[in-house]
Amino acid sequence: MDRKSGRFLLIGIPYLWLGLLFLVPFFIVLKISLSDIAVAIPPYTPTFDLGAGWSGFIQFLSGLDFENYIWLIEDDLYINSYLSSLKIAFFSTLFALLVGYPIAYAMAKAPSEWRPTLLMLIILPFWTSFLIRVYAWIGILKPEGFLNQFLMMLGIIDEPLQIINTDTAVYIGIVYSYLPFMVLPLYSALEKLDGALLEAAEDLGCTAIQAFWKVTFPLSMPGIVAGCFLVFIPAIGEFVIPDLLGGSDTIMIGKTLWADFFSNRDWPLASAVAVVLLLLLIVPIVLFQRQQERAQEAEK
Amino acid sequence: MNISPNKKPSARFAPWEDPAQKPLVRFGNVTKRFGSFTAIDNISLDIYEREFFALLGPSGCGKTTMMRMLAGFEKPSEGTISLGGEDIADIPPYKRPVNMMFQSYALFPHMTVEANIAFGLKQDKWPKQQISERVEEMLSLVQLTKFAKRKPHQLSGGQRQRVALARSLAKKPKLLLLDEPLGALDKKLREKTQFELMDIQEKLGMTFVIVTHDQEEAMTVASRIAVMDDGKLIQVATPEVIYEYPNCRYVADFIGDVNLVEGRISSKTEEMVKLAWAEGQGDIDISNKNGCAAGENACLAIRPEKVHVTREEPQDVDNKIRGVIHDIAYIGNLSTYYVKLGNGQIFRAQESNRRRLANREFTWDDQVWLSWRNTAGVLLQK
Repeated sequence: MDRKSGRFLLIGIPYLWLGLLFLVPFFIVLKISLSDIAVAIPPYTPTFDLGAGWSGFIQFLSGLDFENYIWLIEDDLYINSYLSSLKIAFFSTLFALLVGYPIAYAMAKAPSEWRPTLLMLIILPFWTSFLIRVYAWIGILKPEGFLNQFLMMLGIIDEPLQIINTDTAVYIGIVYSYLPFMVLPLYSALEKLDGALLEAAEDLGCTAIQAFWKVTFPLSMPGIVAGCFLVFIPAIGEFVIPDLLGGSDTIMIGKTLWADFFSNRDWPLASAVAVVLLLLLIVPIVLFQRQQERAQEAEK
Repeated sequence: MNISPNKKPSARFAPWEDPAQKPLVRFGNVTKRFGSFTAIDNISLDIYEREFFALLGPSGCGKTTMMRMLAGFEKPSEGTISLGGEDIADIPPYKRPVNMMFQSYALFPHMTVEANIAFGLKQDKWPKQQISERVEEMLSLVQLTKFAKRKPHQLSGGQRQRVALARSLAKKPKLLLLDEPLGALDKKLREKTQFELMDIQEKLGMTFVIVTHDQEEAMTVASRIAVMDDGKLIQVATPEVIYEYPNCRYVADFIGDVNLVEGRISSKTEEMVKLAWAEGQGDIDISNKNGCAAGENACLAIRPEKVHVTREEPQDVDNKIRGVIHDIAYIGNLSTYYVKLGNGQIFRAQESNRRRLANREFTWDDQVWLSWRNTAGVLLQK
């Protein structure tokens, strides 16, 4: 085999992977989203019939329409779901940043022999199933759970707080679950920071706090951006956390999609919801990639 | 920038010899400990205004700690450090009229060259107009006007070095600290930059303290050198004195090449000391500048370039020894001859190669004479 075809083979592997496991399923979902609901197996129409030849194909195409997308715009539920998801994802990201930055900062400033252990502690929760960890929060947050018992024991509150089944519980769940994705890029940005830069800032007239805002913070920006996207993007489509911890009035697009798909068996509409969600996420993903490229360029 | 190596002012400029002069910086019995490790051991030192003072020593000798105490990043464990008569031990770095040029340059990577230089001025709340004038002035001083809008990663090593210098000079500090400022540059650029540094220091009339492990660099730039070892000052003097009259073996050996001849003082007169150094060899005459007594053990330190190599027995010289050429190190402009003496000791002599290599007078295993004047060496006590 000559070098050129060898190289194509090598590049071909990820493309083949993406094509088979992302692009093909995506087009199937796209096709379903353009179909109509039907009481059949599969529960939509038209289906593609290879045996019908060219006229069958024309008939198949004419059966597709944008009805489901129009429905998404007309029904408030969907718009509200998207907006509510964006809101919950945005504030969760903000809280995760506020909680994650001090953690990452402390880790980066810790003596170097402690750092691998601290890093391990951040990664350790991944060893337990995500689902089990979210269930554990029910035990902590429910009215007779650990948190309420603890606060009542201390005498801070007289009767249990209603945290579970509210948006607060969803925020707690998302911040907890995605915190490592915030901490790790922040830590890697802060750890690279040359201590001499802070000394230089102090030497030139900054107090330690001023030096933080003028040097540390701007230089950790790539980590902040990366961490925020890594939390924001999966948080938008989150289903498990709002389903287990949120209440009936917590609406997120993941929950709406699940209801359409499993409860209403409206595959076409659910597919349309998924396609729109994907389009919404492409914007931050592209922004994220451009930022990563810029960060890489700056490092050269 | 002009390269003018012989305009060093040290011949006229010598405030340390004038007892009426007040030092700008005074270390008074300063000791610095890190845990059980003593980095600085009871050092007292005066540095005068407009000096270009070099702290020279091997790594770990404490020279960087001295500098960091001046910048305010370390506090002395004992003793006082004063700047312009004022004790600065408790003044934090951001309030000291001292700036530092870092070894790694520590340029802010997210700011342009301009913003880096303006950083300290903005911090001191200078008016906008004055800041831009000062930045302009600094850029032209270090010849980087064209690069004002670049980020540090778009500059070469030498350019970054100059930005770092401009940034540390911008606030007109009373004292500028330079931590191995040329360490990251290649040899040619380093030599050029040494002269630029001297020019700038002279032009601005500021006090510079430089930390270096490179003895040539210290010799070139400094008005005075403090040779340090193991947290102590070994000798503080002008480069000429350090080189010609080292006060101990450590300094003689650290600065340049030296031949050390161990012996015992056999006799001593007003002007002359005789050193008995080997059985069956004549005593070495050394003009007496040290307070050694007859009968003491002592050591002659003599630089290889002060020793002549000749084939014929030289006449009218103060000292001569016979030997055999053991090895020759040819480095282009100079050749160092490693001559084996009768007692097996290797003695180095350096001759400049005025002739082409092919016409060289001596070769391996030739019998030669080494000779030198009695003022050429220094007698060092144990």
